[in-house]
Amino acid sequence: MLDHVDAVTHPKGYKIPATPAGILYSGLFAIIELMILLDRVTKTYGRSATPALDRISLHVEPKEFVIVVGQSGAGKSTLLKLLTREERPTTGKIIVGGIDYDKLRDKDIPLLRRKIGVVFQDFKLLPNRTVFENVAFALEIVGMGNREIRHTVPKVLDIVNLKGKEKRLPMELSGGERQRVAIARAIVRQPKILIADEPTGNLDPKHAWDVIAVLEKINRYGTTVLLTTHNQEIVNKLKRRVITIQHGQVASDLAKADYKI
Amino acid sequence: MKRKLVTLSRIINTGAVNFVRNAWLAIAAMAVMVITLTIVLFSIIANATFTNTIEQITAKIDVSAFLKDGLPQEDIDNFIEEVEGLSNVKTTNYVSKEEALKKYIADNSDNPDLLSAVSQTDNPLPATIQIKPNDLNRLDEIRKFLDKSESREIVADVSYKDDRKEAIDKITHATNLLQRAGIVAVLVFAVISVLIIFNTIQMAIFNRRDELTIMRLLGASTSYIRGPFVVESIIYGILSAIISTLLIHLLFVASKSALQATSLGLLDINYSATYFKGHFWWLLLMQLGIGILIGAVSSIVATRRYLKFKTKK
Repeated sequence: MLDHVDAVTHPKGYKIPATPAGILYSGLFAIIELMILLDRVTKTYGRSATPALDRISLHVEPKEFVIVVGQSGAGKSTLLKLLTREERPTTGKIIVGGIDYDKLRDKDIPLLRRKIGVVFQDFKLLPNRTVFENVAFALEIVGMGNREIRHTVPKVLDIVNLKGKEKRLPMELSGGERQRVAIARAIVRQPKILIADEPTGNLDPKHAWDVIAVLEKINRYGTTVLLTTHNQEIVNKLKRRVITIQHGQVASDLAKADYKI
Repeated sequence: MKRKLVTLSRIINTGAVNFVRNAWLAIAAMAVMVITLTIVLFSIIANATFTNTIEQITAKIDVSAFLKDGLPQEDIDNFIEEVEGLSNVKTTNYVSKEEALKKYIADNSDNPDLLSAVSQTDNPLPATIQIKPNDLNRLDEIRKFLDKSESREIVADVSYKDDRKEAIDKITHATNLLQRAGIVAVLVFAVISVLIIFNTIQMAIFNRRDELTIMRLLGASTSYIRGPFVVESIIYGILSAIISTLLIHLLFVASKSALQATSLGLLDINYSATYFKGHFWWLLLMQLGIGILIGAVSSIVATRRYLKFKTKK
């Protein structure tokens, strides 16, 4: 067990003394200051012999920009699905934004998801709703008033450079525009965490960089960003913390790293 | 409170907007609902008409007790009172010898042979008590009473026997069967309609399951996701109920001018039209009730599977 605790090297290399006070402090630290905490999380689907995630432990601090890389089937998607509580871990502990997933009741899952912004690779826009309505939907479900919605949505559409396209349907937009709508929808509630699952996967390089630029902008405003990608160029240029996942385990976790698969 | 009102108005509004935006899906779903609701309505009217026809037939059936001659009037009155005390007796009608003869002469005025036969003798016709039963299935009770030895001092003969008994029993049996078949038919049509409508709405929602899962991932509450679908299905139900009732109405209007006959076999169209007119609002309300209820319930059931959270570890 201990070797796994060691495997969780803190990216900033804090050294906490192994005194009772130090241990107590580190415990509090984990709960209060960490945005994402995974403690020996394993996920096995069905009766599959090999787990999709094998005793993964991770810390992510507030305002961090973390890139998760790994080949298809390495466990990236499973990791994100655990964070949004689409799946439940077979064993292990997950705490996100102070919420312990073990203690989360079904009826509180929507409340959790409202605190996390998610951008999906396949956009997941509502096909029958306009750009404005898609973004507004995220605010409607938290019960925001119409006037406030009319005030907020244009501002966010401005951030993602979609001004003037409010009345378009997703069908009428390019891939890059759709992805920016999805980002606008994810950030309009000003979440503490933004999870972006290969948001550039379906985009050409120019649009991919537009999307990355928006993510960086949001991160500067103080949102923790968790980005998964296959794009080597993006990883190398961003110079951020990179977590590499291989065979369901953390293969490396390096600050300001390059792509290494 | 205000927030709840905002949410409720949003749910209703979204449902209405979705109804318009998914117009083709709505038309397809409603076409099925209209057809099935029309069949249910039709079967209800047909059943009411059959019941009416059967009642008219059975109303003509009675049991006659032919009395002995020369009884004191007091004994006859007492006996009639006793008969009327029986649970299965609806009404009685006493026909004296003289009245029976008069009726016989009137009925056979064009047959001089028969008339001369009765005029040459003393009045051969007996006084009669015509007994109308409540329930044709329990005629035997009346017969048993009339066959009792005390009754036999007054009653000479009973009409409910031999060929006549057989005929009455056959009619009773047939009408029982018809009535039951009518009720079964209405129920079967109703159940089939419910299943078809349920399936249609389930298909409509299956088509849009992605929307449901997306909303789920964005953190919408169950009622906020489901509400618009329920509203939309209720709109289907309301419109289908109104259209199907109008269809039947038009059918009666058309049949009135197109068909000269007032009945098709056992189906008395005149009565059907009157029944429909007389119960119009009640029938419309029933159609609305079925449409709304099935719409709401099936959309709730159909959305459930897409809204479940994974509980498996």
